[in-house]
Amino acid sequence: MSLSDRIWAWANPRKFMALSGAILPWAWGLAALCLGVGLIWGFAFTPDDFRMGSSVKIIYVHVPTAFIAINAWFMMLLASLVWLVRRHHVSALAARAAAPVGLVMTVAALATGAIWGKPMWGTYWAWDPRLTSFLILALFYVGYIALWEAVESPDAAADLTSVLCLVGSVFAVLSRYAAQFWNQGLHQGASLSLDAEENVADVFWQPLVLTLVGFGALFVALVLQRTRTEIRVRRLHSLKARARAEAPA
Amino acid sequence: MLTLLHRDLRLALRAGGGFGQALGFYLIVATLVPLGVGPDRATLAPTAPGILWLGALLACLLSLDRVFALDREDGTLDGLVPAPLPLEAAATAKAAAHWLTTALPLVVVAPGLGLLLSLPAQAMPWLAAALLAGTPALSWIGTFGAALTVGLKRGSLLLSLLVLPLYVPTLVFGADAVRRAAQGLDPAQPLLLTAAISLGCVALLPFATAAALRINLR
Repeated sequence: MSLSDRIWAWANPRKFMALSGAILPWAWGLAALCLGVGLIWGFAFTPDDFRMGSSVKIIYVHVPTAFIAINAWFMMLLASLVWLVRRHHVSALAARAAAPVGLVMTVAALATGAIWGKPMWGTYWAWDPRLTSFLILALFYVGYIALWEAVESPDAAADLTSVLCLVGSVFAVLSRYAAQFWNQGLHQGASLSLDAEENVADVFWQPLVLTLVGFGALFVALVLQRTRTEIRVRRLHSLKARARAEAPA
Repeated sequence: MLTLLHRDLRLALRAGGGFGQALGFYLIVATLVPLGVGPDRATLAPTAPGILWLGALLACLLSLDRVFALDREDGTLDGLVPAPLPLEAAATAKAAAHWLTTALPLVVVAPGLGLLLSLPAQAMPWLAAALLAGTPALSWIGTFGAALTVGLKRGSLLLSLLVLPLYVPTLVFGADAVRRAAQGLDPAQPLLLTAAISLGCVALLPFATAAALRINLR
């Protein structure tokens, strides 16, 4: 069996259930550990910023949620492609499971940003390119979830949402650049990047990486859990259908 | 493909209803906005490009659920799938018919409505140009959205939810071109970007539209 065969074998629902069942406690544990340590460290044991005061500490929620919000969409895009190309049901269900998590993360990033923005920028909301693109990203999530809910046939819903996800991704990127073109930014540059000369100072940086890992693990755990639920729902439906078919008329 | 286009155009012209409604809607939007925000020239003129673009966007949107719905009801759509004409071409014809019957009249009347909203005179030709460059994107994106929701019983609200976020880039660039022209700046750059989005949509979206139709008609 080649390596790619071995990887694709995990798309079998039975194997996926076994693997995800084994991973899930570790993902929850890692999320709880990293978020617990990272958030307490960040909130209680880092100094106040000399200009921003203690409001700087919202960074430990704001940056990771924003990071997950964008990458959840990428994960949905990948899962949609896998579904369209290889027709693995688990993939379509994982994309469906990720969407509400991504929406919540987007809203959380917007909300924490607004809470921080009031004392710092003097306003909850500004039509800054980053804020605008995040609001548009939230709309894309809402449309995607609504289409899943509206189509009755599960396979057609998976197909249609996958096509929407592909087209939507192109337009989400276009909107991002359109928003940049449209208005000047108020938002600061990236807080963390590997190639930047200047990042957030070390004292803030270390707990931030912990919370990033924590939110990442939380995302993995939530998506796996929700995918498992979806698979169980499918199994229940097929069991019911079989019971109806076998029942004496 | 031309036959299909011709058929759709004749249906729109003769069967009544469809053709003038989008125009009427556009006119009403342009009338209601000054009633809402006040007749002051100083507030109307800067908002006019945005209002005219939003009105065109909504007029296009509201006529979308007709693109495939009637053909689905009378079975024409089911006949198109096994037809020798590729479904992509049929999707293109549908979008083109929507553009010719809904969007093109909007482009023609837009300068007149610009007058109502006291848009500066030097921006008038650019308003028509920007709408001409941007409305194909609206029609082709809208046809894609209509194809996604064609199987649904009450799809029109969902259709807006799906299509409006996709309209964002076109609206941003299109309205910006008119705004720049109104302020006496050079509108060429956003205008070209608007046209680029339209051309990209016309070239690529029929494939997505046809894919969605095939799924819905399975």
